[in-house]
Amino acid sequence: MKVLVFIESDEGRIKKSSLEAVSYAAEIAQDTVAMVFGVLESSELNKIGAAGAKKVLHVTDSDFEPSNIMAVSTAIAQVFEAEDIELMVMAKSSLADPVSARVSIKMDASLVSNVTELPDMANGFTVNRSIYTGKAFAKTKLTSDKKILTIRKNTVPIRENGSDPEIVVFQPNSKGSDAAVKVLSQEKTSGDILLPEADIVVSGGRGLKGPENWGMIEDLAAALAAATGCSKPVSDMDWRPHHEHVGQTGVKVSPTLYIAVGISGAIQHLAGVNSSKFIVVINKDPEAPFFKAADYGIVGDAFEILPKLTTAILAAKA
Amino acid sequence: MKILVCITHVPDTTSKISFVDQDTVFDKTGVQFIIGPYDDYALARAVELKEQLGGSIMALNVGLAETEPTIRKALAIGADEAIRINAEPKDAFFVAHQIAQVVKGGDYDLILMGRESIDFNGGQVHGMVGELLGIPSVSPVMHLDIEGNIAKLSREIEGGKELLEVALPIVAGCQEPIAEWKIPNMRGIMSARSKPLNVLDPFEDEQKTVVENFVMPAAKSGIKMIDADNVGELVDLLKNEAKVF
Repeated sequence: MKVLVFIESDEGRIKKSSLEAVSYAAEIAQDTVAMVFGVLESSELNKIGAAGAKKVLHVTDSDFEPSNIMAVSTAIAQVFEAEDIELMVMAKSSLADPVSARVSIKMDASLVSNVTELPDMANGFTVNRSIYTGKAFAKTKLTSDKKILTIRKNTVPIRENGSDPEIVVFQPNSKGSDAAVKVLSQEKTSGDILLPEADIVVSGGRGLKGPENWGMIEDLAAALAAATGCSKPVSDMDWRPHHEHVGQTGVKVSPTLYIAVGISGAIQHLAGVNSSKFIVVINKDPEAPFFKAADYGIVGDAFEILPKLTTAILAAKA
Repeated sequence: MKILVCITHVPDTTSKISFVDQDTVFDKTGVQFIIGPYDDYALARAVELKEQLGGSIMALNVGLAETEPTIRKALAIGADEAIRINAEPKDAFFVAHQIAQVVKGGDYDLILMGRESIDFNGGQVHGMVGELLGIPSVSPVMHLDIEGNIAKLSREIEGGKELLEVALPIVAGCQEPIAEWKIPNMRGIMSARSKPLNVLDPFEDEQKTVVENFVMPAAKSGIKMIDADNVGELVDLLKNEAKVF
């Protein structure tokens, strides 16, 4: 089986979730081709080889902006044809959702999102996917010859022992109608660890009493090399930007460790975090429902606990 | 401005999820169904755009007769008319085909829906509809304004947002803060009863995925409580049990 992996990058670095997608593909097939857009150093492209891809198709034509849903979909479909691809794997993201959908129609492919395990290929091709916002899973069979999967973070470990890949500049044919969508600008915090990419997330809720107290959350996050998140009320009150909102109608995360501070644990918030491997809850209310979903809990005042915890972690890591 | 808003009929966000018949069928017993929260944002923005620019709103659902109370709610919130495609929504591909057929017959400027349904969370239907119709699709959309024939949007990206411009018609998968959810008022609820709800047979089409069975997540093994004066114990657990550093 020949597998294509769609790679995303951020600030010149290949996303870890994309390297995970390459590792996932390499578990399934020897013949793995990766496709990546935009300006990237060869040291970054080599990481794709280390994760298991034999060949990297690099689209450098600036008409194919890495975030342009239409142009990226057009280019991927051309690779699907040219390389005789049977399966495409991509990390679930806000770009992967619309791109995978468009490509699935172009290629007449079965598409399954939010895949959480390697496929079962004993009898056809069946995957497990997360549904009901992490409250259940569905064993789902893909019935078309061509198949596309978007995988959830923390599905397989990232491989690092592959050799440098063959790097080929790929020039897709542009389709005039793709230019209809004009990306005017991007507003983005730079240097931060992206929430959906993070192995560790530290989130704050209303218990922190105001945006001026977020320094404690940021300090703990920095000590752990974690991303920061928040509950829905916090983003609704504009204490924190919307892209940090974790929950049913915000970002769904599946990190190794999720630390919730001053968040009571409404079911809509839990839905966004219940795929985390370990959950720590710090709350002054011992009755907070979040404790029922946690692995470790501390009842107490976040304003006292957080600085102590940050200091203790820095000491333990030193 | 002619707007089509596609709505899903999904379990309330607080629902307990369980399955029957050897884990092959979702157990609807005691479950309250609602308009998908993301679709609700799309509908709310459609109502605001209609107030601003004039035009009409058609609500569309792919579902069996049980979804009609949910469709009536969309009419109460501000849709003028509704279509129900009388079929079980088998998978995203099937639903996208039904929507595309409706759009082909309707000359819509805007096709709005949620970024994903909250039952299967696929986030696929908007992109599929756009591709089937050969028109642009954008998702997840946080802001949407119309100036003449141009849609000005912002789309959420990891760590921020992106501003876009695209000529109509388009498909948009919506999320907050595109609009505030609207609660139907008494006048809306009364008028919804007499608004047209047209039931159409499904357009023949295959599905491309089949759910074999459902699986519940493994239960947590139980919480370990740590004294607030002993954060060192938590640090040990994070290091030696969770192995995060």
